Amino acid sequence: MSNDLFEHPVTASEPGASHFVAPLEETPLVAIDVVNVADKPSNLWIDAWRDARRRPTFWVSGALIILVVVVALFPWLFTSVLPNNDCQLLNSNGGPTAGHPLGFTKQGCDVYSRIINGTSTSLSVGIIVIVLTTVLGLVFGAFAGFYGGVVDAVLSRIGDIFFSIPYILAAVVIMSVLVNYRSVWTISLAIGLFAWPATARVLRAEILRVKNADFVMASEALGVSSLRILLRHVLPNSIAPVIAITTISLAAAIVAEATLSFLGVGLGSSIMSWGNDINQAQRDLRTNPQTLIYPSLALSITVFAFILMGEVIRDALDPKARALR
Amino acid sequence: MSTPSPRTPDSSGTDARVPLLQITNLQVGFQTQSGVIPAVRGANITLHAGETLAIVGESGSGKSTTAHAIINLLPGSGKIMGGQILFDGQDLTKLSQKQMQEVRGKLIGFVPQDPMSNLNPVWSVGFQVQEAIRANGIAQGRADVKKHAIQVLKEAGLGDAEKRLKQFPHQFSGGMRQRVLIGIGLSSRPKLLIADEPTSALDVTVQRTILDNLEKLTRDTGTALLFITHDLGLAAERAEHLVVMYKGQVVESGPSKEILANPLHPYTQRLVAAAPSLASRRIQSSAHKLTELDYSATGVTEGLDLIETAEARAGQLAAAPKREDAIVVEHLTKVYKIRGNKEAFTAVDDVSFSIQRGTTTALVGESGSGKSTVAKMLLRLEDATHGEIRIDGTNTAPLKGKALLDLRRKMQPVFQDPYGSLDPLRNIGNTIGEPLNTHKVGDKKSRRDRVFELLEQVSLPRALASRYPNELSGGQRQRVAIARALALKPDIVILDEAVSALDVLVQAQILQLLSDLQTELDLTYLFITHDLAVVRVIADNVCVMQRGKIVETATTDEVFDNPRMEYTKELLNAIPGAGIALGV
Amino acid sequence: MAGYILRRLLQAIPVFFGTTFLIYFMVFAMPGDPILALFGDKTPSPALVAQLRAQYHLDQPFIVQYLIYIGGIFQGNFGISYSGQPVGDILLRTFPVTLRLAVIALFFETVFGIVVGLISGLRKGKLFDASSLVVSLILISLPIFVIAFVGQYVFGVQLGWARTTVGTGAPVQDLILPALVLASISFAQIVRLTRSSVIETSGLDFVRTAYSKGLSRNRIVPVHILRNSLIPVVTYLATDFGVLLVGATVTEGIFNVPGVGNTLYQAIIRSEGPTVVSFVTVMVLLYLIVNLIVDLLYGLLDPRIRYVK
Repeated sequence: MSNDLFEHPVTASEPGASHFVAPLEETPLVAIDVVNVADKPSNLWIDAWRDARRRPTFWVSGALIILVVVVALFPWLFTSVLPNNDCQLLNSNGGPTAGHPLGFTKQGCDVYSRIINGTSTSLSVGIIVIVLTTVLGLVFGAFAGFYGGVVDAVLSRIGDIFFSIPYILAAVVIMSVLVNYRSVWTISLAIGLFAWPATARVLRAEILRVKNADFVMASEALGVSSLRILLRHVLPNSIAPVIAITTISLAAAIVAEATLSFLGVGLGSSIMSWGNDINQAQRDLRTNPQTLIYPSLALSITVFAFILMGEVIRDALDPKARALR
Repeated sequence: MSTPSPRTPDSSGTDARVPLLQITNLQVGFQTQSGVIPAVRGANITLHAGETLAIVGESGSGKSTTAHAIINLLPGSGKIMGGQILFDGQDLTKLSQKQMQEVRGKLIGFVPQDPMSNLNPVWSVGFQVQEAIRANGIAQGRADVKKHAIQVLKEAGLGDAEKRLKQFPHQFSGGMRQRVLIGIGLSSRPKLLIADEPTSALDVTVQRTILDNLEKLTRDTGTALLFITHDLGLAAERAEHLVVMYKGQVVESGPSKEILANPLHPYTQRLVAAAPSLASRRIQSSAHKLTELDYSATGVTEGLDLIETAEARAGQLAAAPKREDAIVVEHLTKVYKIRGNKEAFTAVDDVSFSIQRGTTTALVGESGSGKSTVAKMLLRLEDATHGEIRIDGTNTAPLKGKALLDLRRKMQPVFQDPYGSLDPLRNIGNTIGEPLNTHKVGDKKSRRDRVFELLEQVSLPRALASRYPNELSGGQRQRVAIARALALKPDIVILDEAVSALDVLVQAQILQLLSDLQTELDLTYLFITHDLAVVRVIADNVCVMQRGKIVETATTDEVFDNPRMEYTKELLNAIPGAGIALGV
Repeated sequence: MAGYILRRLLQAIPVFFGTTFLIYFMVFAMPGDPILALFGDKTPSPALVAQLRAQYHLDQPFIVQYLIYIGGIFQGNFGISYSGQPVGDILLRTFPVTLRLAVIALFFETVFGIVVGLISGLRKGKLFDASSLVVSLILISLPIFVIAFVGQYVFGVQLGWARTTVGTGAPVQDLILPALVLASISFAQIVRLTRSSVIETSGLDFVRTAYSKGLSRNRIVPVHILRNSLIPVVTYLATDFGVLLVGATVTEGIFNVPGVGNTLYQAIIRSEGPTVVSFVTVMVLLYLIVNLIVDLLYGLLDPRIRYVK
């Protein structure tokens, strides 16, 4: 529609009448419903990325996570002290010396090197647990939410049962039984087996919201198969909150492993883990607090990085949360 | 954008009274990261005591923002940037929060738009009425306040107010909630009542009774009424004065009848041409048949004039020979079993109708009438409990696999909600191409070409193919939904409230588009709507549904000229603009 | 409301059987001798092993074992501990202490959490809000045993304000430090939840309508904003009870509070498997009951649930 359509003269308000007309120049008519093709494309993910990269918290948590991952993958880049072979009772509770910046434990082990070498344990547990909870949560949540009815009733009740046992308590029982099989894998299984219902619940609620959208009905009316609708349309639109919760679950899994190890039902003492170190150091709280403080600090910073990232992701992916800030 | 110069409406000497409300050069802006976005730019509005004035405009025109600015309840980052709001001699823009609190409720009442979200769900209705009465010092003491609350609700049309006081909002229907909100707004006999689209969330027949009640109450109490609406017909019917807003500015104001009869600003002319309520009245008030109707629209309304659209359609149909039925529905019934409830709910009850190829039949009814359930059964998204649906003579119920896919290819839907009808994570090209992929039509290249062709057919630029739905307006999204529906070259399109959520001008454009496409592609439409006014423009035949049953079936002309059933008459009367003289 | 209560009670039944079965299954359906497995590298006395075998009816098929065990729970028989005491007796002795600790902790976390969250929400983006966000994020990131040690070291060892371990009889003043530790994580979560809930509610239509009625902010904040914002907080408190139980185990262990959690803690670190299983079962049942009660109370808080048919 072009402007010459509106060229005919407009009478200004007639004198004496209270019928007022604004001059056309002041509010020129704009064509109805034109598309601005010049704008950059945007959808939820593009917007979320634009939003996230503007935040300092994204870069801080991102940098910390990269650091943790690099330390976990290549511990030998950060310490030349071998994990176990270097403990000498001579150094028991010793302070910092050259090459051993954080001092020694009661057993004379290098605190710094133990922290570096324990990183991969925490990270592995975190990753295995979230893979497990995400797979279980996706399957249970997606099918329960999408198919509804009996499927939902059965799957949701199963979820309720697993949800009703706090996962650390469940893991305590499992690890008590598996006393001779304590490894990164078994502890991750023990945690993940009872941690997935949270993911399933979030996903189910999202799917219930999305599956009634008109675009799902439109696809059904096209004859798209229901599994394809679930995978192509419903799941991608429901996944955003799951991603945020998964990042936070990773942090929670790291805490869970540390708690179990701290309680003595986690990893065997031969495996280097921050939880084990804290467990060992608690008796020396008064005499040698740094053996307790440094692994605690490493643990807390790692957890903080993932929780912060989870927050950033959640806010960036939720337009409502973006407006809340 | 240059700052607009202050303008005062020309009211030289004809009216010497001091106005109750005088808004002068009001500027409102919203603070965003990229600076201030102006929402109202230099609006002037004058309202005298005891009179009614309506602000008309589309979404984003600044009409609600203006109303909210008066009582300083702008949402979020909204701020009054300049101008004056003189109310009863004092400038409301200069009041402190505390002083404003005294004005709100007591001197200026407010009725919000959506009754479902404007009552606090955790408090009883009585509590929420009583706190207003107490806050404005109308009554003191438990018994007295309660007595007043009952009186307020009774006036607002809730007969059993005593019983209802203890109930919670979710136990009330939308109409009843709006009555409560009107009661609260008028409880302290304010000098001015601001009603922000008070009925647009309600069913048409409820709308009418609520507005009648509102009119009576404000007349009885001598309250001036500032009424905000998107419906020009409704505004003209209910208000003595009109203010037309467009892009944050007042483009025309004056006596309702005069503006309607002689719209001067091109935007107002567009609105008049595109408002379905007015168009249906205009068609109605002319004694001629549609095909003979002589109505010359001004150039600015090109493509927007609903009467032109209607004329073109009627001409087309008159010339066409009688053809076979594309859709036959016989004794269609849908019963839902409600869990924990022995009684089943019959959503669709013995419904029969047929649609001739190449014509449009409208299925009209209020919410809960079962009209959308009929659509879902036609589309095989739900199975019928009883009855038969035949498409081109084939019973659709037993179809499976390939045969069902063929049926789907023949019949496609367009749904109501423009914001839910497209997958937000898939780009427009993929969305329009999905039917082609699903039905394996052609190769990759030919599918791409077809997507571009479809975009052109619905007047959207090709570049949109790589865009995402959230970049589009409601009207554009509906165009994309139409393009998707047309991708498989269907014979039948089911339009389930497809234009109901759109602004009038956009609605008119889409109606025009649908009409053109029907002629071009020989489509059969089932047009489902709650709005009889639109039906007048687009449909050849009408089925009126009430509580699951079809109560009246006739041609559009018959239904409008000579409705047989009481319910149909009620619906017709609910189309606003009955008593308005129109400049046909 | 009656229908709602009934439905909720019926829902609790499969969950009760499911959880107890699951715990029992995890322990006794394992291959090998479950009793010996539970003791790990410890060698229990033959007499104790015999007693435990009799208690868990290990000569019976698995499902019969489970049913006998369930029957025992209904009669208040939760088994015997490593030292030969009935678990029920230990519970009677330790539960009041844990209850006292939990009540103090709940008081701290809800009162301070809601107050701080409300102020943050009402002053979104201001200094108070920003600092409470940072503090709560840090608190959430600290595992409870880290907070416990920091608290013990700073307030107990360094400042000497509190005793590092709780004295006999667990007097309230000794419980304050452990209770604060126990409350800290949930406190941070409640702050964040209340904050976002308050911000969301403040933007709802009925709040604007409340202003338009001429109500003052002093009335709208508690009556219309806070009241509605509490609904998600209460839901959170119920699910959070699990965190509280685990937290109580760790905190009571570290501060040597003679409660239920400490008994479990001691059993865990001493690898007394059967006692661990008994106490975990007790805690899970407690968790179920608390969730059930909160769900029922929820009806009082949200009339939309109360009046559903």
